[in-house]
Amino acid sequence: MTSTTAVAVERRGGLARFVRRHGWTVGIYVLLFALTLFWRSQTTVKWGPFDVQSLVIDALPLCFAACAQSIVIISGGIDLSVGSMMSLANVVSAKYMLHMSFDEAILFSLAVVAGAAFVGAITGLTIVVTRVADIIVTLAMLFVLGGLALAVLQVPGGGAPVRFQGLVSVDTVLTQWFPAALLILFGSFAVLWLTVRRTRPGLALYAAGSNRSAAYLAGVNVKRSRVLAYAYSGAFAALGGLAFTAASGLGDPNAGGIYTLNSVAAAVLGGVSLLGGVGGLIGPIAAAFVLTLVKTLMILRGVDQNYAQVIQGALIVLVVMVGGLAIRQKGKGS
Amino acid sequence: MTDSVPLLEARDIAKSYGAVQALRSADLVVEPGEVHALLGANGAGKSTLVKVLTGVISPDRGTFAINGNPVRIGSPAQAARNGLAPVFQDPALVPDLTIAQNMRLTGASPAAVERELRALDLAVDFSEQARDVPLPMLRMIDLARALARDPQLLLLDEITAALPSDLAERVFTVMRASRERGRSVLFITHRLKEVIASCDRATILRDGGAVATIVPEEGGEETIVEYMLGPEAAQAVVAAVDKDAGDVRATPAATGVTPALEVIDLSMGRVRGVSFSLRPGEILGVAALEGQGQDDLFAVLSGQQSPASGEVRAGGKMLKARHPYDAIRAGVVLVPADRLQALLPQRSVRENIAAPRYNSVRRWGPINVRDEGRRVREAEEALQIDTRAARQVRRLSGGNQQKVTIARWLANGFATMLCFDPTRGIDVGTKRQIYALLRRLADDGAAILFFSSELAEFPLVCDRVLALFGGEVTAELAGAAADEASLLRAMHGLAAEAEAVA
Amino acid sequence: MSAAPQTRERPSLRRLAGDSPAAVLTLVFIGIFIGTDIVNRAQGGGAFLTLKQISTTFLFAAVLGLMAAGQTLVMLTGGVDLSVATTATAGAFAVSRFGTEGSAKAILIALVIGLAIGLVNGIGVALFRVNALIMTLGISTITLGLLTVQAQKQFTSLVPNFVVTLGSGRVLTYIPYDLFVWVPIAALIILGLRYSGIGRMIYAVGDNPVASRLAGVRTWQVLLFVYAICGLLSAAAGILLVGFNNAADLGIAAPFLLPSVAAVVIGGTSIFGGLGGYAGTILGALILTVLDSLLTILNASQAVRQIIYGLIVLALAAIYARATAAE
Repeated sequence: MTSTTAVAVERRGGLARFVRRHGWTVGIYVLLFALTLFWRSQTTVKWGPFDVQSLVIDALPLCFAACAQSIVIISGGIDLSVGSMMSLANVVSAKYMLHMSFDEAILFSLAVVAGAAFVGAITGLTIVVTRVADIIVTLAMLFVLGGLALAVLQVPGGGAPVRFQGLVSVDTVLTQWFPAALLILFGSFAVLWLTVRRTRPGLALYAAGSNRSAAYLAGVNVKRSRVLAYAYSGAFAALGGLAFTAASGLGDPNAGGIYTLNSVAAAVLGGVSLLGGVGGLIGPIAAAFVLTLVKTLMILRGVDQNYAQVIQGALIVLVVMVGGLAIRQKGKGS
Repeated sequence: MTDSVPLLEARDIAKSYGAVQALRSADLVVEPGEVHALLGANGAGKSTLVKVLTGVISPDRGTFAINGNPVRIGSPAQAARNGLAPVFQDPALVPDLTIAQNMRLTGASPAAVERELRALDLAVDFSEQARDVPLPMLRMIDLARALARDPQLLLLDEITAALPSDLAERVFTVMRASRERGRSVLFITHRLKEVIASCDRATILRDGGAVATIVPEEGGEETIVEYMLGPEAAQAVVAAVDKDAGDVRATPAATGVTPALEVIDLSMGRVRGVSFSLRPGEILGVAALEGQGQDDLFAVLSGQQSPASGEVRAGGKMLKARHPYDAIRAGVVLVPADRLQALLPQRSVRENIAAPRYNSVRRWGPINVRDEGRRVREAEEALQIDTRAARQVRRLSGGNQQKVTIARWLANGFATMLCFDPTRGIDVGTKRQIYALLRRLADDGAAILFFSSELAEFPLVCDRVLALFGGEVTAELAGAAADEASLLRAMHGLAAEAEAVA
Repeated sequence: MSAAPQTRERPSLRRLAGDSPAAVLTLVFIGIFIGTDIVNRAQGGGAFLTLKQISTTFLFAAVLGLMAAGQTLVMLTGGVDLSVATTATAGAFAVSRFGTEGSAKAILIALVIGLAIGLVNGIGVALFRVNALIMTLGISTITLGLLTVQAQKQFTSLVPNFVVTLGSGRVLTYIPYDLFVWVPIAALIILGLRYSGIGRMIYAVGDNPVASRLAGVRTWQVLLFVYAICGLLSAAAGILLVGFNNAADLGIAAPFLLPSVAAVVIGGTSIFGGLGGYAGTILGALILTVLDSLLTILNASQAVRQIIYGLIVLALAAIYARATAAE
């Protein structure tokens, strides 16, 4: 009776498993790469670093929005207030930063992110304590935060220090092909997410979304994990709002409006399952770039900007539909 | 033994779910260094007590002490801190995380878990996602995780159910090894042989309370079964039903009639090549241990799932149900054990009973209120449903809820009723009414397929009983001959003597 | 997951709110109305509690009431439709786009468009099992994009007189014409939910989909029906709205989205389905309309309105969640 294995786990090759687990994410990056090549071939004027910079500036707010939404979906919820939170961060920063020095602006930004995380945690607490459906709570928050944004700034206005704007629009790192905006994206991604991804709170967040009762039996504090997810969502949404401030140099109380749906789209397209527990932030970030690039390409080709909206909507529905069919097939198999 | 401080002492534990009292007042004492079995029929309160002990639910009343110190067990995490390590029938492993991540989630050291697995002669790829690992293996991993904590009390809840025998054997080795190290094991199982072979003492629950703590080796299976069933109660039920049903049971309907339900070589999930036929006016029992294919059999017959192979005939006509609607149209209706699967908890008794009437688009129009009212009233009267809390079915007692699910089919008509453990968690009085009702329905020409987890019900209710083991019909017994000894043998696939009886 | 069941008796008011929300809501409605009257007098604006104002309240509430009607049906099945506002916009736009071709044709086209949007939603949710939120939000985006493209084309926009009268006129000084649309539909929905097969099935599917399936209900049929009707009702709301405004723009119905959900939630229909009804929603729509008047009298900005709306929805949803909590 030595070293026998009664129920051997079916061994799969490392590559096959990698494809099965990360195939979707890799596919999104391949799609992004292919779209970039296509974009390059379509540009009449010489395609260069400037184009990359402008794409990153365009995509940055959506990237953050996608992160905000993805974390909540992974934890088994949904956050319809992402867009309003972005608007709020945007107008607050644009209103008060206008006459600040660069250093003050950076400190103020950190305060905005922390404040947004706090508001997000309150949203999460409301859901956990009142047991009202997450859809209703975040829909109500969509209006409350949107109202606050309007109260701060009724019409577009305000501004930000020039150097603060330069962070996303002009500055580059090492080579002019690498905009500083990307560094900010990766930096906040690493600081906020990677630090927690592999730790117990991070795992608990996935566990809460994957199977609440199994997580509870395993001793996970499911409620705390859900609140944490909404706090993260607030922080990332605030970053998105700040990115908008830096990119546009303006505060607009309606800036975030389109981001709620688009963030869900980027999350789903980026491989995050609406059932929770599956996915990461790397896929959704690429998906945000893809969605932005699709719009850029269509405008470049003279397609009505509004058709871009139609196509984006259709894309979302299609992606979710395919995902739903896949789940149904899986269900039948077992 | 009397001088030592018990490892775990639970006193006067009570827990109610709404109107159902799952635990009345249960006591459990586990000594250090013993393997202790927790036994009881379905509905005796076993699983509730386990949930209370592991902090999954909090009791309404009761106290716990570990090594003589009073403790509170408010959550699974708290139970773990008190040295209790549970292994559940449904492994507490999160499907979307890898095994290694699952270990880190609970603060278990992967190295220690791997060591325990090696001791169990198992090799596991820790980078595999839990959803890709077969269930028996997940249970073993869960066990290894619990062992890695070196708990004072290891709690094994039905872990050997549906575990291959060689793996089950390794579990027993673990239990013995724990005892030798002075640790204790609380072992919950349906398999009495395992109890006698491996357990030092056993506490037996009945009707929400502990009726006895015995040494299994001394009394043997008979003693355990006696305590589990409560001989007086069983006798009382027999007498009552015999009075209600009279001697009708002894005269099954004549042969040569078209069977109400005919199953030919059916396979699906755990069910492997099952054939039988059910005549109108007959109550056919299906006896089986947990997980022998009875769930799949009822799911196929009620149209919830399509069979992998084989065929089903209802009233002589081929029934290829792709949806419960098709089965219901063919007259085959289901009364499930879990009332939550059958009822609309927030709606009224009337709406619940009338629901199937409108399941076709053709019946979406205006309701004939008078006709509906009459049918519902008749069904309510036939079943003596207490309609005082009729506005929302969830406010009814369990027994009344079950009556509503049966009344639904009385009001809408059927030919064959599939009753899956219809008396689960119901008081004795209502059980008697249900037995009598099933007999009355059969006398009126209905065919009834009856599964129960309570063996005592078969001779009371059924004309014939099939035993299902490993997805196959292993024996057929006459209803009168289906006493517990024969049933237990047949349910374990020990068919020879049982068939001789039939 | 759930904590220990609470067996204590609920306070009687909360119990009343749980058992017969309509009575409580009627009181709230009257209370707010009187409150508005007092505020208006205090501000020197004269009485608010007049026949004229009551009539106006009903006139305003009809649009919200119709949109919330579809929302009620959808939410009774446990779903949500976030495309009601865009669908209403599409209906409004269609009326003004085809107004030159006669009111009958314009109205018909608007209703067909609404039905079509609803059917697409229903197919996604019922057959492809797309999350209702995503499906309706996605369809809303698509519809708005298509509308924007259409709006940029050259055409003569005209809201037919019939529609204007229907949406803003009154008969016998006090009775708004739009009640002739709203009242019959409301009666049909209230009675239909109680006394028709489909009504029972809507509750059944929302209360317990598994049990519905075991009772032989093909849930997809019910869901498809409900989303289609929701589209139709939203388009009808859009027709009244364009009649009231006498012109269509693409933001015409957007402010009604949250109120349409709010009216249903205030009216006591559970977001998880299976419990509630349209009578409560009607009162919810009336309460929100008076509240709107009150905020107007108080000169509240759009910002304050949004915040108050959001908080009210949250508070009421929390109260109902507690009042109706199982066990």
